[in-house]
Amino acid sequence: MITSATIFGLCGAALIGLGLYGFVTQVHLLRRLLAFNVIGSGIFLLFGATAARTPTGATDPVPQALIITGIVVALAATALGVGLVLAYVRISGKACLPEDADTIDGGPHPSSHEDPPE
Amino acid sequence: MILSLALVALVAVPLLAALLAVVVPRRGALIALLGVAGIATALVVLVPALVRQGVLSLSIGGWNAPLGITLRLDGLGLAFLSMVATVMAAVLVSARPQFAARAGSGETRSQWAFWPLALLLWSALNVAFLSRDLFNLYVALELLTVAAVALVAIEGKAGSLAAGLRYMMFALAGSLAYLLGVALLYAGHGTLDLTLLAAQGIGSGRSGGTAAADLIAAGLITAGLAVKTALFPFHAWLPPAHSGAPAPASAMLSALVPKASFLILIRLWFEALPELASPVLLTLLGALGAAAVLFGSVLALRQSRLKLIVAYSTVAQIGYLFLVFPLAGGDSFAQPWAAGAWTGAVFQALSHGLAKAAMFLCAGVWIIAVGHDRLDGMRGLATATPMTAFAFALAAVSLVGLPPSGGFTAKYLMLTSAFASGQVVWGAVLVVGGLLSAAYLYRPLALAFAKADTPTFAPVSRRLQLVPLLLALAAITLGLASQTPFSLIQIGRPASAVEGLE
Repeated sequence: MITSATIFGLCGAALIGLGLYGFVTQVHLLRRLLAFNVIGSGIFLLFGATAARTPTGATDPVPQALIITGIVVALAATALGVGLVLAYVRISGKACLPEDADTIDGGPHPSSHEDPPE
Repeated sequence: MILSLALVALVAVPLLAALLAVVVPRRGALIALLGVAGIATALVVLVPALVRQGVLSLSIGGWNAPLGITLRLDGLGLAFLSMVATVMAAVLVSARPQFAARAGSGETRSQWAFWPLALLLWSALNVAFLSRDLFNLYVALELLTVAAVALVAIEGKAGSLAAGLRYMMFALAGSLAYLLGVALLYAGHGTLDLTLLAAQGIGSGRSGGTAAADLIAAGLITAGLAVKTALFPFHAWLPPAHSGAPAPASAMLSALVPKASFLILIRLWFEALPELASPVLLTLLGALGAAAVLFGSVLALRQSRLKLIVAYSTVAQIGYLFLVFPLAGGDSFAQPWAAGAWTGAVFQALSHGLAKAAMFLCAGVWIIAVGHDRLDGMRGLATATPMTAFAFALAAVSLVGLPPSGGFTAKYLMLTSAFASGQVVWGAVLVVGGLLSAAYLYRPLALAFAKADTPTFAPVSRRLQLVPLLLALAAITLGLASQTPFSLIQIGRPASAVEGLE
């Protein structure tokens, strides 16, 4: 029988896979930051699922504490990332790194060309 | 009591100083100096205690591991803490002309932000050297990354923002790999404390959990840390990030930041999971290190800007550090040569920190004098700024590994181990890497000492020139008086290789 912990664990693994795909394939920096958050959520879900698998059967509270800390850390990193992306878009008008802009011919999303925020 | 206080102060003082520097405008430089004084006091208290009593431990808040976090000061940690304190003091002093708010004019954003970021970076480094908890180390690495990325982008130009973002993308990927590994390790063993993990004997067959899960967890953690250390082939972010930042920030980024993740790798493979280290894995780490030495050096030869040469040199010098894994890890840890290789790698990390910080500060002086850092503008700089040229040459002596510098002690110890263990390939890497570094550092030095027709350089204050000279002299002193640091870093080191090649 599949326990709920296993389902949560598999969902976490699926999120990590999806996020990793996005992180590697997308060149738009905001999308990559979002992909980073999807991977992070997957890891937290997986981590939470492991808390149910103690030898005694009682739920282990430590992963919850670690996940909360991890979410705060991910939030701080994402905030800095978004701030940097905004600053970069204001100056360069592009939302992807120079080396990616060269290979994808100016960015993957036609919408990112139209009106960068002032 | 006083010792616990000093131990906590190493983390708390820079953290509090950073917060203070955020809320008190225009006083960042002064607050940073107070932070230096606080850390120096704590280290002065801790050094004799460590020598007298051996390893010092503190369970924060009275909570013991596995629930609480343990801070543990050993000789290895103290050596890194002292090196970082020396470099930070130098950097914070030489950042004053550029980042201290001037009387009568407003404070720019970078003048406000530099001081708290530098202090946060320092706090994160000190946690990384002291903490025994893998998740606490994750938080420290994240704080380190956030502060470092912000320092790269501090000038807000398009180039430095792009470099910061690229650095951030690599670092975030590394953090996620590390975090996933930590989650898997916890799932298998129910603790993240390095000492408790070591007690479980993971990899020896006695422990719970399956060997495959342990290997995947350790592999993910190692890959994450390798990205953050900028090990080849994850080094692409480093040169633009380190060369694009202002010189004092570059000095911190290049000399200090990679050392934190490297030290965690050392603790992981030599203290927590020594029995999990298979020869294939150790050889792979060594091979990546060797590739970094060759690749970084060749690319450094091809650069035409001073700061890029120095940054690519960091890629190469980081490579040497990873030779410690095949030379001293796994089964060879019980061998007599392991102690030499292990100590050599620690010396390499320490002397590289001092010498590389000196070099970036020299580059900062020359950028003030010339206005840019292209090599063609360096002709005749040695006559205009003799102290800086001398400092750069001394730092180069240590990076190349010529006696009597700290770099020489490091490479000598590693070379002896390579030949004693019959792993001649790693010895060849050390020799070729030394020759290549001599070649890429000769180019800027030769130009600086060349005769110039019309030397028109902006004047640079003596104090700004003196700081890198002191740092470079410290790197040389590490070799001249190597006995004291040598015996210091043996305090509390993993047991099986204490008696080494003498």
